[in-house]
Amino acid sequence: MIPALALILCFQLFGEMVSRGLGLPLPGPVIGLVVLIVAGMLRPGIIDFLRPAARGLLSHLSLFFVPAGVGIVAHLRLFSHNALGITAALTLSTILAIAVGAVTFSVVANLLGNKADD
Amino acid sequence: MTSPAQIWSYLSQEPLLWLTMTLIAYAIGDWCFRISDRQSWVNPVLIAMILLGLLLEVTGTDYATYFEGAQFVHFMLGPATVCLGLPLYENLDRVRKAAAPLAAALVAGSVTAIVSVLMIAKFFDLGPVMMASLAPKSTTAPVAIGISESLGGEPTITAALVILTGIFGAIIVTPLLNLLGVRDWRARGFSVGVAAHGIGTARAFQVNETAGAFASMGMGMNAVLTAIIAPLILSLFS
Repeated sequence: MIPALALILCFQLFGEMVSRGLGLPLPGPVIGLVVLIVAGMLRPGIIDFLRPAARGLLSHLSLFFVPAGVGIVAHLRLFSHNALGITAALTLSTILAIAVGAVTFSVVANLLGNKADD
Repeated sequence: MTSPAQIWSYLSQEPLLWLTMTLIAYAIGDWCFRISDRQSWVNPVLIAMILLGLLLEVTGTDYATYFEGAQFVHFMLGPATVCLGLPLYENLDRVRKAAAPLAAALVAGSVTAIVSVLMIAKFFDLGPVMMASLAPKSTTAPVAIGISESLGGEPTITAALVILTGIFGAIIVTPLLNLLGVRDWRARGFSVGVAAHGIGTARAFQVNETAGAFASMGMGMNAVLTAIIAPLILSLFS
């Protein structure tokens, strides 16, 4: 567990160094994600080593958003001032983006005969 | 003997109290989600946020004090994001096979998310700072904050908008795509990853492993694409 967690943090650390060193718009953890995949392609054993710790973290992914989410309380006054506009913008745009993305995926997959395999 | 007031004044300044409260609030949210038979509208993050928000209000605690304790949970977002590479790696063959629909859905979903939110914000006359803060609302929080800052937005407002978007996306995705008759788990997962980042991805994993893997892919790819196109699209609105 602890060695696996250390390796995961090393991927993130490497990602931060690349992100800051090269001034990339991508944050360190997203680069760390890519490094994890590349490491797995080079040495599949790494994935088996990481799997239990990684599964554990992923099963609580939504917990990690709670502290930032509570920050909304600090902005309640600003948000209530523009409540209608912000609510309309967030909800309608999210509905449209999910619908357009999912329908585009399905239509292109059907056109190319690219079937789901499960 | 120490009075309750003295104990409180000690505890309320220590990280332990708010770290514990964050875990308890989430455990309650998760319990509600389970007993509701895993209904998407019973969102554990939303429940935890409301409980903690009320608790901060009642005890007169400010957000900075709360965050002293909660930062340990917040920190885990980074390593958890790295771990999203695992389901992606395990589904690499299927991702490769679906390259064309993935690319098409990424561009369509990402552009729709940015253009539509800016059109509605413009209609309601929300002002340039709010528009810059809204533009990256579908991307994962650390990327969105970076994009928003470079566009003249406000980082803390952006973080709040990103989380609200994620929660709403996670709640709406199942009924919305059932209504539209989209049954392909790849399409369902990928679109919610693009539109509602990590919280949408967490929801996708709750429903289906394939959907979760494609949601992680959508989240990661949209982080890159939005960083590139959000400044261009925003400049069309100013």
